[in-house]
Amino acid sequence: MIRVALPAHLRTLARVDGDVQLEVEGQITQRSVLDALESRYPTLRGTIRDHVTQARRPFVRFFACQQDLSHELPDTPLPDAVATGTEPLFVVGAMAGG
Amino acid sequence: MSAIRLLVGTRKGAFVLTADGKRENWKVSGPHFAGWEIYHLKGSPVDPNWLYASQSSGWFGQQIQRSQDGGENWEPVGNGFVYDGVPGTHQWYDGTQHPWEFKRVWHLEPSLSDPDTIYAGAEDAALFRTTDGGKTWHELSGLRSAKGNLWQPGAGGMCLHTIVLDPTNPERIFVAISAAGAFRTDDAGKTWQPINQGLKSPYELPDPDAEVGHCVHRIAMHPSRPGVLFMQKHWDVMRSDNAGESWNEVSGDLPSDFGFPIDVHAHEPETIYVVPIKSDSEHFPPEGKLRVYRSRMGGNEWEALTRGLPQRDCYVNVLRDAMAVDSLDLCGIYFGTTGGQVYASADAGDTWNPVVRDLPAVLSVEVQTLP
Repeated sequence: MIRVALPAHLRTLARVDGDVQLEVEGQITQRSVLDALESRYPTLRGTIRDHVTQARRPFVRFFACQQDLSHELPDTPLPDAVATGTEPLFVVGAMAGG
Repeated sequence: MSAIRLLVGTRKGAFVLTADGKRENWKVSGPHFAGWEIYHLKGSPVDPNWLYASQSSGWFGQQIQRSQDGGENWEPVGNGFVYDGVPGTHQWYDGTQHPWEFKRVWHLEPSLSDPDTIYAGAEDAALFRTTDGGKTWHELSGLRSAKGNLWQPGAGGMCLHTIVLDPTNPERIFVAISAAGAFRTDDAGKTWQPINQGLKSPYELPDPDAEVGHCVHRIAMHPSRPGVLFMQKHWDVMRSDNAGESWNEVSGDLPSDFGFPIDVHAHEPETIYVVPIKSDSEHFPPEGKLRVYRSRMGGNEWEALTRGLPQRDCYVNVLRDAMAVDSLDLCGIYFGTTGGQVYASADAGDTWNPVVRDLPAVLSVEVQTLP
């Protein structure tokens, strides 16, 4: 099972507590994990990625295993620790205040 | 006894304020959607317990929420605001063409006849419609054919913020867009025409009489006279007696004709309200005095309404969607400020009282008059 840690606002929107656990088929990538996440929680469509381009929203970041993976290509495999469910993929609202 | 429900959108959530017909004691519910910007929420005139809210965030984008029980419970509905076809381009700050990019919904206007049909005004400027209660949204893209390539964003963004439905003609809709102007359709949204003749913008446009490009802030209509429109432009208060075909200035003796909201008394179609703001660079009331101005003759001659409003050291703003009137016999009027106050008058503006004083900055105020 893949674990995804959502920021508080998206947990509220999806009506979940704690990490989300997802079954993901095939290679474990940003795209496949987010596809599974949005399929299970349709209300999250458009909140992490643009509806049309599927590009990451500007103030959303992806962290895992103490790395910032935000700028990785969406089909790059995620770290093994995420693929095995040992570590979560963090979806993070970027610091954007002042 | 009748009841009043105020729907207040703020920078950090939505609030629902309720009172009985006396409008003296208010109950505050909220924040709903705490931490999110609520640009607007509005109830269906067909079923007033059906409410729709525009919830947005710079981080996580746009949501539309719906309540079917007067705001007690909410559910997210659809948020797929996708421009029709190839989005095309509009004028950008540097003179180049820039593609349309969806940012947020500024205004929701429920249909007058169907609680599942709602219009949504978006930034970048476009009009969307749902006919399934918000699950799916479709752009009425003919609007952008009305010289959309010449529109360009103002300081507040290129937003479609005003949607006025003609209660006598379902085919006719008026919209207004910042730094683009006012537009009208007479075929339910298929085709649109600019309706800006008579607007003058000598300080904002190289051609002060341009067909598009005027910064319209708000349009109001009394439902009994859908051909008469009142407009608060960036500068100037305007009036049209022919459904926007032409406009005349009615700023008259206002201390400043800059401002954002404008509204019409529920029972007196010639009684209108504005909140003068000092200037486009000083978004606060002249002389630090918060004054609503009322004209009982459709403009030109105005009286200041001050009783109960701060008359010194007041430097808040009142945004375009933050004023509303109820339809009780003694018409109530309400407005919210960027300082977080919501003021209510139960006597058509003669006297005012704060309903709440310390909300987040108020973006919008709507009122429902309930049986």
